Amino acid sequence: MTTPATPRITVATAWLDGCSGCHMSFLDMDERLVDLAQKIDVVYSPLVDAKELPEQVDVGILEGSISSESDLHHAQEFRKHCKLLISLGDCAVNGNVPAMRNPFKLADVIDRAYRENVDVQPQMPTVGVPVLFQQVRPIHGCVNVDVFVPGCPPRADAIFYVLNELIEGRTPDPSQVTRFGA
Amino acid sequence: MPPPAPQPNVRVVTLTIDGKDFSARADETVIELCRENKIPIPSLCYMDGLSIWGACRLCLVEIVGQGRLVAACSTRVAEGMNILTNTERLQRYRRTIVELLFAERNHVCSVCVSNGHCELQWLAQKCGVDHVRVPYRQVRNEVDSSHETFRLDHNRCILCTRCVRVCDEIEGAHTWDVMGRGSDCRVITDLARPWGESETCTGCGKCVQVCPTGALVKQGTSAGEMVKDQHFLPILARRRHAQ
Repeated sequence: MTTPATPRITVATAWLDGCSGCHMSFLDMDERLVDLAQKIDVVYSPLVDAKELPEQVDVGILEGSISSESDLHHAQEFRKHCKLLISLGDCAVNGNVPAMRNPFKLADVIDRAYRENVDVQPQMPTVGVPVLFQQVRPIHGCVNVDVFVPGCPPRADAIFYVLNELIEGRTPDPSQVTRFGA
Repeated sequence: MPPPAPQPNVRVVTLTIDGKDFSARADETVIELCRENKIPIPSLCYMDGLSIWGACRLCLVEIVGQGRLVAACSTRVAEGMNILTNTERLQRYRRTIVELLFAERNHVCSVCVSNGHCELQWLAQKCGVDHVRVPYRQVRNEVDSSHETFRLDHNRCILCTRCVRVCDEIEGAHTWDVMGRGSDCRVITDLARPWGESETCTGCGKCVQVCPTGALVKQGTSAGEMVKDQHFLPILARRRHAQ
């Protein structure tokens, strides 16, 4: 096996307040993942076993919106350690479904989810879960984002296009391949 | 169906659009001429067959030598005009307009019945709106499901007033109107009574078909199922004007 001429691009991913659908769409690149694996190293992700975000990462990919202290912390860490940050999917880009609670009071939302619609032992979980923010925000509502890839989820082709453009040293124009709700 | 035959007494003017020469009837608007010649101009409130509203401002174009931008839908062609339809300045303004529309109400495309068949969604993509730079207003808007066949979701309304105009000008019922100012602005049925209680609504559904978004839809549709059919409008509009 030959060693790649250029060092591999390091990639970190995380999902915040999202459904993991964008990560599933990433996996949906199928056999192209094999080629991609020659060019990138996934150094931190729910898809791999690494427990800590490395000090310096080339590309950070965030799925999901920012709904809690934990999400905000993640986003800030990614911004700090990643040279380029990508908002992947509608939740990250515009709040999408998680942000649909925004017009309601948080207490009412919690009541609805954990008390009103529950038959047995209605209670609000408080141990080991992050505190929710009053308002859900897209990633760029909290930290600077470099590339936006809308879609719910963005199709595998769109994700591949964006990554491939970046690998080839070009600036991707995601509007060519994806859109809100795609 | 071809457009009506030109009247012999209408003058013909020559003008330039994006560096190309065109001739047009003097009673044509800039957007009509552009559409005839397949020059893309984004628009939301403009609709062939309805009166001109000029509210969405997406069809703004530049006229060389004139600092003020003009709406292509409400500007008549004139001799010697030099029009630019896609400058960087226009792209920037159009992008901002689309972003403001998204920020104003709750257009959650992924769960909209019009997903994939929505003019706002399509325009956002065309204008390169891959995110919204202003904060969302996050205000809850009502949904009126009182009509047995149709539904009104104010969260997805962009106030283009196509529904108001088609109901008044084509159906002749004038069920729809606009109430309130600024961010309180709403389309209403009758005197702001529930749609299902309207005494003037004929249930024809023209408003639903011309609505560019998922604001007016058929009951019983789920995400992505609401496909609109606007073929009736140019036919009916021409017959009306021919009378």
